[in-house]
Amino acid sequence: MKEPESNSSIFSYQGVPIWRDDRVLKGVAQVISALIVLGFLYFFISNVLVAADARGLSLGFDFLDEAAGFPLGESVIIDYDPSMSFLQAFAVGLLNTLKVSLIGIVLATFLGILVGVARLSTNWLIRNIANVYVEMFRNIPLLVTLFFIYFGVFQQLPSVQESFAIGRYIFLNQRGIYMAWFSSTSSTLAWTVILAIAIVLAMIVFVILGRYQISKGKETHPFLWALGISVILPLAGWFILPDKPLLVTLPVLARFNFEGGTVLTTQFTALLLGLVLYTAAFIAEIVRAGIQAVSKGQVEAARAIGLRPMQALRLVIFPQSLRVIIPPLISQYLNLTKNSSLAIAIGYPDLFSVGKITINQAGRAVPVFIMIMATYLLISLTYSVILNLYNRRITFEER
Amino acid sequence: MKKSSLVIFTMLIVALILAACSSEPEQVEVTVEVTRIVEVPAEAEAAPMPAGEILQAVRDRGRLVCGARTDLAGFGYLAEDGTNAGFDIDFCRAVAAAVLGDSDAVEFVPLTAAERGPALQTGEIDVLSRNVTWTSSRDAQWGNFTNVMFYDGQGFMVPVALGISTLEELDGATVCVTSGTTTELNLSDAFRQRGMEFTPVVFEDTGTVYGTYESGGCDATTSDKSQLAAIRSGFANPDDHMILDITISEEPLTPATPSGDDQWFDIVKMVTYALINAEALGVNSGNVAEMVNSDDIAIRRLLGTEGEFGQADLGLDADFVVDVLTAVGNYGEIYDRYMGPDGVSFTLPRAQNNLWNNGGLIYAPPMK
Repeated sequence: MKEPESNSSIFSYQGVPIWRDDRVLKGVAQVISALIVLGFLYFFISNVLVAADARGLSLGFDFLDEAAGFPLGESVIIDYDPSMSFLQAFAVGLLNTLKVSLIGIVLATFLGILVGVARLSTNWLIRNIANVYVEMFRNIPLLVTLFFIYFGVFQQLPSVQESFAIGRYIFLNQRGIYMAWFSSTSSTLAWTVILAIAIVLAMIVFVILGRYQISKGKETHPFLWALGISVILPLAGWFILPDKPLLVTLPVLARFNFEGGTVLTTQFTALLLGLVLYTAAFIAEIVRAGIQAVSKGQVEAARAIGLRPMQALRLVIFPQSLRVIIPPLISQYLNLTKNSSLAIAIGYPDLFSVGKITINQAGRAVPVFIMIMATYLLISLTYSVILNLYNRRITFEER
Repeated sequence: MKKSSLVIFTMLIVALILAACSSEPEQVEVTVEVTRIVEVPAEAEAAPMPAGEILQAVRDRGRLVCGARTDLAGFGYLAEDGTNAGFDIDFCRAVAAAVLGDSDAVEFVPLTAAERGPALQTGEIDVLSRNVTWTSSRDAQWGNFTNVMFYDGQGFMVPVALGISTLEELDGATVCVTSGTTTELNLSDAFRQRGMEFTPVVFEDTGTVYGTYESGGCDATTSDKSQLAAIRSGFANPDDHMILDITISEEPLTPATPSGDDQWFDIVKMVTYALINAEALGVNSGNVAEMVNSDDIAIRRLLGTEGEFGQADLGLDADFVVDVLTAVGNYGEIYDRYMGPDGVSFTLPRAQNNLWNNGGLIYAPPMK
């Protein structure tokens, strides 16, 4: 009621009728689009409910407490065994997805930046190797790459009995990379705390000394100090604590497999490698574009004040290109995370593949798919919130 | 202004269509109630043999939709000329011959182990014939299981070089298995029960499972023994692999139909009875034409020459068994075609899959 009144009082002498008033039209358009969206939702949800009811399918989540019964190839944090519940199996899948996506994001970023910079190198060979790499991985579907890495590379490695060995520490075979690893003792926890304190302390010292150096113009060596603190404190802890905090266990060939140490399974390594190689090709292009977006004058100015090429890149060009790089980089991170669901093809028990098994063993398609979708949504939104906060900080500082 | 009002107009139309769609389920419910109250006697009079929804849908469509597989020698695979073939495939052809009179009127939907349950639950397929193990929970959740067509058991395949003969010797082994199967559950049960350790390598695609096993990525692989025999026959060096003489589970492989259509369920069951009884009575694809005039009353009844065993009640032709036998033959013929002594896929002794009167477990109710 209010809207048309104020409308008529302002525009009465111009005689704009309601159906041509821009604000009214926009309002109506909003209402209609909201109705369309709601209509869609109503249609789909009622369709699922009616169909589930007609076919006697249960839409509840009660089954999640039942024992899963199926084995999973690998798990982190949770020590999974088949007597655990469907929910715990799902959690194993989630943690496996987080593991491969977080490690993948870090590695893809490093490789992407390296290749992106190499694309702009003045060295013909480096530049063209980077070109070939980017064009190859960007233009082959990830699934194909994964299958190739799994069957064409890892399954062609020597068998367990004839593993390719690096000393007694690393063994490479068809089933994965078996490595010497640490096993914990009674002092491990205390030592981890010392290590954490040392790292935090080192970071604080690094920042304070860095600021002091800039304000006073005196050389204070912040990096050396930080390095010293982060090495000396843990070393001291190592000798003071009653037991040695970490023991190294070596992988030893048992009847069928290596035991002891740790293993990066073929499935995990192939997926990680595929995701990293694929995503890094895109990140390289983003980095290249970001660097080229920095105006040429900046490069020339940096060179003019005597910075070496690497210094110019690190101190002048790269910080400025971050503004252009970060937003598309976020979407590459999300892509990598979502693409990790291709794990199902090569047998890595990620969120999606555990979900698919659950659907089959529990016979509950709709609830499990809702769980899978909601979980991916949650992971992606969390990643993008964190990265967007970082992005905001960067853009703000640059202005 | 003109543009935006055009957009709004289009949106309005879309909204109206949607509103009509979304209110559909309610309308359906209303009509159903009305028909229930008013039209039941009329319906009974008009159609003495009410066709169930699925039978009607199959006949209207002119073809049967069969959930199958295309990647397992002997059971469901693609023949050299590109047509579907196999023990499970021939069963679908038999059903198509029974209800449509044409064993080629089948649309095969290739399904992975993980896809088959939902496909049956949603009614996307009319028959699931894709070496499915009949279990009580699947019976409760997926649909209706008809009649066991193949008695199988889960076994293990290992490289001969390992020199293994018992399950206990597999302690600590890496085992390749297909996900979403009873096999996967039996495997972990069998090892847990014996307090043994194993590393599972689980794939959804059977091709990847056996590919990984063959290249040495696993010490052993496990599945139904018939499937292992089929896979072994396709290896580059079959003699390097052996199937252990261990059976850790019972796997009654059984075709299934969607829930909620008794008539269709009965029809598919009746096809299984017909195939088995035909073998017991000695009627096969070669002699069915003469047998129509046999003196044996049981044979005459089976082939629809005389008497009746419920075909008409289910909406089938009196002589549908003749169509079935002409097209695919009896149970034994189907078995032998793929797995018999001269089978195209491999040779697997009938053993428990012999007829009951030959020392096996294959049995069907009498056709009377």
